[in-house]
Amino acid sequence: MRAPVLMAALASTLTATLLIAAGGAPASASSTSITLYSGQHVQTTQALVAAFEKKTGITVNTRYDDEDTFVDQIQTEGKNSPADVFFTENSPPLEELATKGLLSSVAPSTLAHTPAKYDATDGKWVGVSARVSVIVYNTSLIKASQLPTSAMQLADPQWKGKIALAGAETDFQPIVTSVARAHGDAAALTWLEALKANAGSHIYPDNETIADEVNRGQVALGIVNQYYWYRERSEVGASNMHSKIAYFAPHDVGYVLDVSGAGILKSSSHQAADQKFLAFLTSKQGQEIIGHSQSWEYPIASGVTRTGETPFDQLQPNSITIAQLGTGAEAIKLLQEAQLL
Amino acid sequence: MTSVMEHPAPASPSGAPTAPARSPNDGARAPRRPLLILGAGLATIAVILPLVFLLVQAFGVGWHTLQPLLFRSLTAQLLWNTVSLTVVVIVICAVVGTVTAWFVERTRIPGRKIWAVLVVIPLGIPDFVTSFGWRAIFPSFGGFWAAVLVMSVAVYPLVYLPVAASLRNADPAQEEVARSLGLGRLETFWRVTVGQARLAILGGAVLVGLVVLAEYGAFEILGFRTLTTEIYTEFNVGFSTSAGCAFSLILVVLGVALLAGEGALRGGGRGARVGPGVARQPRPFPLGRARPAVLSGVGLLVAVSLGVPVGAVIYLMVSGGGSTLPPASLIGAAGNTFMYSAFAGLLATVAALPIALLSIRYPRREVRLLERSNMLILGVPGLVIALAFTYFTEHYLAGFLYQTPVLLVVTYAVMFFPLAVVSVRAAVARSPIGLEEVGHSLGVPRHKVFWRVTLPLIGPGLAAAFCLVFLESATELTATLVLHPTNVETLATQFWSYQSEFSYSQAAPYAGVLMLIAAVPSYVLGRWFDRLPARSVVAQAPGPAPGTMVVL
Repeated sequence: MRAPVLMAALASTLTATLLIAAGGAPASASSTSITLYSGQHVQTTQALVAAFEKKTGITVNTRYDDEDTFVDQIQTEGKNSPADVFFTENSPPLEELATKGLLSSVAPSTLAHTPAKYDATDGKWVGVSARVSVIVYNTSLIKASQLPTSAMQLADPQWKGKIALAGAETDFQPIVTSVARAHGDAAALTWLEALKANAGSHIYPDNETIADEVNRGQVALGIVNQYYWYRERSEVGASNMHSKIAYFAPHDVGYVLDVSGAGILKSSSHQAADQKFLAFLTSKQGQEIIGHSQSWEYPIASGVTRTGETPFDQLQPNSITIAQLGTGAEAIKLLQEAQLL
Repeated sequence: MTSVMEHPAPASPSGAPTAPARSPNDGARAPRRPLLILGAGLATIAVILPLVFLLVQAFGVGWHTLQPLLFRSLTAQLLWNTVSLTVVVIVICAVVGTVTAWFVERTRIPGRKIWAVLVVIPLGIPDFVTSFGWRAIFPSFGGFWAAVLVMSVAVYPLVYLPVAASLRNADPAQEEVARSLGLGRLETFWRVTVGQARLAILGGAVLVGLVVLAEYGAFEILGFRTLTTEIYTEFNVGFSTSAGCAFSLILVVLGVALLAGEGALRGGGRGARVGPGVARQPRPFPLGRARPAVLSGVGLLVAVSLGVPVGAVIYLMVSGGGSTLPPASLIGAAGNTFMYSAFAGLLATVAALPIALLSIRYPRREVRLLERSNMLILGVPGLVIALAFTYFTEHYLAGFLYQTPVLLVVTYAVMFFPLAVVSVRAAVARSPIGLEEVGHSLGVPRHKVFWRVTLPLIGPGLAAAFCLVFLESATELTATLVLHPTNVETLATQFWSYQSEFSYSQAAPYAGVLMLIAAVPSYVLGRWFDRLPARSVVAQAPGPAPGTMVVL
């Protein structure tokens, strides 16, 4: 029995680990380092971080998780939060933290990079990129001419068993908010219930799954943000794509623009470096990285444009504003009433 | 070093307050266990902390907010989904785990050593990989029976391991006596063999139930909604820790019901042998004509539980496909996963010893409550536990330890502590205290008795405990994402990064290495059994060992 040796090894290793942990993160005496909580896609974030580090010499330590989990985590961490900057895919998580008073104001010079309608109205976070909701459809299951022109039509019984729905996907909430704004809560609830019935067993956790299931021919169509389709094409190759995307009629309630943004935690002790990072995200260099990245989001600042998909200025989304999208609380309530959440 | 296994001396006259004794023995020994009680108490506090967090959060939001969320048609449906799934999976796992353990441990099944490793590995395969593999083969795979299948093949080792350990140590004399008294083979199996392994089966079944209650990844992929998937949804879209915690409370209540059910079935019996002499190695049953049937049965189990995910991973690796993600270090991630999981396994196993010893050697009501309360944590979703430790380190330790390896290891150890307790407990229950008393009476110092008698006796149980915690920690994802040290990736977090970006072919190697790492403790566990003193001594006695013994 080697148990005493084992125990001694255990004790000493645990002590060593504890000492290392207590010693804190690797020393970076000479340079500043900031911690980024990113709910954004990994490749976009990594490309931006690498360029920023090269340019400024500031080290960025990045954590990735679901943006909504980060909201819970940051609130639970409280004033000792290690997070300095929070970078998201959607505006509601940032709005939520701003509402709770956890974000600092973004420097006016950074806000000036972006059209004001894509920033927080109170200047607590800055818009970085944008996506738009579209129909993704399987080309062998449905013809382009048969597609609905409005999200409202999806409630029609003719779509029974043909549509996929991701009620728990954060990207879906803006559409619900948009429907409720145009038609009222009661009509939005009826619409959601009909959608749920039409989706049947095709209720999925997220947009990635919808794009994938539609592409594999499991279901005819679904609503996703345009870039999921492009991203899947980048990953699996154009020859494996059996789906396409289509836009709703101009200004339809289902044609919603989502903004991805970034904000600075009030609790951060590196406010100056944090501001530099936000300035970089919205700078010409940062926006060009987004414009050329495989994440297929639209750059929205410093006059940079995206190539390879419908030009941003030709999109004709619904007129709903960032402020009207808010924290998404109303949409969540409707989704809960429809028993989708 | 002070011994934790003292000689059972008469109660000291110092007059420590003694609770009403159940038996003269218990009453006499209980007050002499300060170290055991201290150890058990410390472990329990760490395990109870997340539950405290849960309560505080849930009630912090106020009843008027919780009520409409909790009492609605969706809750009823989720409750039904969760309960029916849990019950069905428990029954399947109990049967499959016990029968497999018996065939592997007690019969001359060809390739026994290989099977002993293969049937454990499924536990180390991330549920999301398993679900993913099934969907790759059957695109419309989903719903209740899909969830039953995926969960059953993923967690039956939780029954298999303790039952195998128990069958290993069981004295064959009882079976022989039963046979000599005219009991048939099946009846002997049911009344004696299963009877001897009863504690292990029940313990394993409870673990299965609790793990199913807290399962998330598999059900999300399979599109099957349970209370736990709803909890994650609440956290994910509602920005509402409180609402998520409220749903978690329902899970805790279900966990309590499960434990109460096990407690009622378990009864008070202890299984240690009391006969004189050394327990013999059970003589393996020849399978005879049943051999092809048994082999194909076990083979099918392995094919379904291992073949599908492994096949899917290999297919994805071979099929290729580009990735726009920068390459990451596979070896680095593997090293981190291995280190964190190994420490978690060691920590949980050592911490489980005091509780296990107390609960078997001094089975009083308070001890029982202490032990049982530790079980509940297994039914709590990983995200809730991670947020609880976030809260406590950030608010009471000013961020000390937060997002360090130490806290991650502690969190794993807490999350999977019940797995360690059940394994160690079952082993202690089967180790006769008489042998320790002999050691004491021969004048051997107490701590030496612990190292030389107690530990070897419960060794397999400790190994099982370590392996279970190791395997579960290696595949944990949701708590890891919250608590891993910044810039340090594990196999699970890297798999997640790639998989959530459609980069399936890049994700596959991480799943593959994860399965390889999971195979290590399974292999060690299988080998350890074969080196036990009892076996090696007796292996020569009853005749030549089966030819397959030389395979490995």
